[in-house]
Amino acid sequence: MVEFTLPKNSKVTKGKSWNPPAKDAEPDRWREYRLYRYDPDTGENPRVDTYWVDMNDCGPMVLDALIWIKNNIDATLTFRRSCREGVCGSCSMNVAGTNTLACTMHADDAKGAIAVYPLPHMPVVKDLVPDMTQFYAQHRAIEPWLKTDSPTPQKEWRQSREDREKLDGLYECILCACCSTACPSYWWNGDRYLGLAVLLQADRWIEDSHDERTGERLDDLEDPFRLYRCHTILNCTKACPKGLEPASAIASLKRKMVERV
Amino acid sequence: MSQDATTQDTPPHNTVMVNGRAYPVTDHAFDVIVVGAGGSGLRAVVGASEAGLRTACITKVFPTRSHTVAAQGGIAAALGNMGPDDWRWHMYDTVKGSDWLGDQDCIEYLCRNAPEAVYELEHWGVPFSRNDDGTILQRAFGGMTTEFGKGPVKRTCAAADRTGHAMLHTMYGQALRQSAEFFIEYFAIDLIMDDEGRCRGVIALNMSDGSIHRFRGHQTILATGGYGRAYFSCTSAHICTGDGNGMVLRAGLPLQDMEFVQFHPTGVYGAGVLITEGARGEGGFLRNSEGEKFMERYEPSAKDLASRDVVSRAITIEIREGRGHGPDKDYMHLHLDHLDPDMLAEKLPGITDLARIFGGVDLCKEPVPVIPTCHYNMGGIPTNMHGEVISPRDGDPDAIVPGLMALGEAACVSVHGANRLGSNSLIDLVVFGRAAAKRCAEIVGTDSAIPELPKGAGDEAIARLDRFRYADGSTPTAELRMDMQKTMQRDCAVFRTKDVLQKGIDGIKKVWDAAADIKVTDHSLIWNTDLIETLEFDNLISQSAVTVQGAHAREESRGAHAREDFPTRDDKDWMKHTLSYADYGTHMVKLDFRPVHTFTLSNDIAYIEPKERVY
Repeated sequence: MVEFTLPKNSKVTKGKSWNPPAKDAEPDRWREYRLYRYDPDTGENPRVDTYWVDMNDCGPMVLDALIWIKNNIDATLTFRRSCREGVCGSCSMNVAGTNTLACTMHADDAKGAIAVYPLPHMPVVKDLVPDMTQFYAQHRAIEPWLKTDSPTPQKEWRQSREDREKLDGLYECILCACCSTACPSYWWNGDRYLGLAVLLQADRWIEDSHDERTGERLDDLEDPFRLYRCHTILNCTKACPKGLEPASAIASLKRKMVERV
Repeated sequence: MSQDATTQDTPPHNTVMVNGRAYPVTDHAFDVIVVGAGGSGLRAVVGASEAGLRTACITKVFPTRSHTVAAQGGIAAALGNMGPDDWRWHMYDTVKGSDWLGDQDCIEYLCRNAPEAVYELEHWGVPFSRNDDGTILQRAFGGMTTEFGKGPVKRTCAAADRTGHAMLHTMYGQALRQSAEFFIEYFAIDLIMDDEGRCRGVIALNMSDGSIHRFRGHQTILATGGYGRAYFSCTSAHICTGDGNGMVLRAGLPLQDMEFVQFHPTGVYGAGVLITEGARGEGGFLRNSEGEKFMERYEPSAKDLASRDVVSRAITIEIREGRGHGPDKDYMHLHLDHLDPDMLAEKLPGITDLARIFGGVDLCKEPVPVIPTCHYNMGGIPTNMHGEVISPRDGDPDAIVPGLMALGEAACVSVHGANRLGSNSLIDLVVFGRAAAKRCAEIVGTDSAIPELPKGAGDEAIARLDRFRYADGSTPTAELRMDMQKTMQRDCAVFRTKDVLQKGIDGIKKVWDAAADIKVTDHSLIWNTDLIETLEFDNLISQSAVTVQGAHAREESRGAHAREDFPTRDDKDWMKHTLSYADYGTHMVKLDFRPVHTFTLSNDIAYIEPKERVY
């Protein structure tokens, strides 16, 4: 029989229950949150702490609840946040089993106790903060800037509305990594497979009618791992909080690979 | 390709001991150090790197998470794609929008360089929306007119309603293309100033491992954004805490025109998220609970597209006089439900989502509940049109602080004066980001040695960090912050009076004094957001103090500063910039003043004389 050894810190323990409401508390007033906690200073295994949020005093979104807990119960709770309106991509995490932005997810859309974990399969720095270094490096690797050889015009490059429309569904990506980290293929081969968000960005520049290095960009993706680890599982499309379809972008990249042969 | 500095293992150069605790310090030397990676910071990073200068960018969030990403409606430039336009008309509108507090030489610089700056963005790949002829689409925005105030003009270049997002992502890509070095999730603590008053660099905390980093360089550029989070309800991101402004005050330098705080007329009621002015530019309008399109009564000509301060005051009056919607009669309705859903889907898709998620409404079918919400700080670090920071001395009101620059919402050039026009902030970012980079290229030689820092530089900042890290009082940071935000919201909002502002001064002083009892629970150096929020609060509280003090002193109404006890503009006594200094020891504020520039940059346009401001 094969014996597996789990990596260090992979066993999540039951943590503390912080502020259980009184037995005679108003029903439905207190919402239960189970939050993943990891303290890098102690090096102890991660735990899941339980908090109750007073819905009479807290906004409707999951991020509101996290901020309420940090302000009122436990100031050590750690998470990223910035715009609180779904455009910056800071507060991506796994809420009630789905990768999403805490700021645009209504707590009412989840049933029962709400479990909040960091984005799956990323190294965790602390609590809900994953290490995004590799994700950003992959984004940089596709050279996300316009490449042209033609002389630059005095005014703007002209672009038809049809050509501009080709960028819709691509340029809106906020680099939150919800899609990439929802993908089993990225979990197994995240070091070599570029992942959904980054491939969506690659397609954004390839689709751009101004960009003049399509061939070069496709060459860079022509690799068994970088592009071809997508097995159309489609977790990405389900996870994207902006309603984009990274899998379609990948299909479009694969099609362009075939067409140019 | 640039290296992400966070992945490099540089051994610390020395260790500073504070209260028996060791803080390893790593030193870095760059020609140019940019603090902040929003629109202006990134533009400066790209420009300085292009010029061959070794450039570092220190930012507390990954660049595309900066607040520029939330800018919706667009970027103003007189391209003339939709009909005749002229940078002089844009200049007139900006001067009038500023209620004549803007410096006209700087406004001229902004408006005449705007088209080039937009074309440059387009050449970098910003996915602007397009007209049928393939040119950049432009839309109407408040206060933007043809022929010096005649009729509305379509001047605001848009990438749907995600213009800031499109710009920020594109500029981040350009910065990657250059050899700029990013220090991501580094929190800048304080400036390093020498005895001669020159800025020598900045000291920062690497949030991911708690190491301290000292950056020395020829030029330090603060592009740290506004401080909307001094208020309880604001459209600004959580990160908008004006950290650069706080650093400047601690360095004993002044901030300028801090009493001018813009309230955007259409923040979503309750949530505070923004609905772009472009919504009204595309035909949206406001209605009170009597069904009246009340803006027609206040400004018969520009109506809903009057300047932001004007519309915000009108809404506030309507609510006060009992014509608000809802059980508490405390919001207005913004109607877009009469517009073509296909147009909304093409030009305003982002706000359609925001209204659904945060307002619970389908704006194709029903109105959005809105309320004036703190949005933009016209005030900030005084600079000239090259981005160089100004601190008057020896009788020179325009004397610069060598080695220090400021940009974007953190700066006060001043091009927005007493009230910024919508879509003029994005253009401010790129025009002056570019100007600052050019200035750096002029004054910094690419091979000139960067002088060593004075001994013990930054030790004080580390001591301050340690003090907060182990602050063991009884009041959590969140509680003090809430007191400050509620005070500012109540006592320093749309309409102001002497008594209320005095209450504000006393209230903010009380909160600041109470901060001696601050409590920080998390003592870790790894991703300690309790500590970061405390440092941010320490930046916000001094800015709140100078804001309310400036508002109390300015006994007139001008732009966004509306005094009920002094309802008219007073050009005789108050056509001047307020300079405010804060004493971090006594928590007292000192005010001074600086003349407004009453001249233009060239002979292409004459000084625009002050007159009554009606739309």
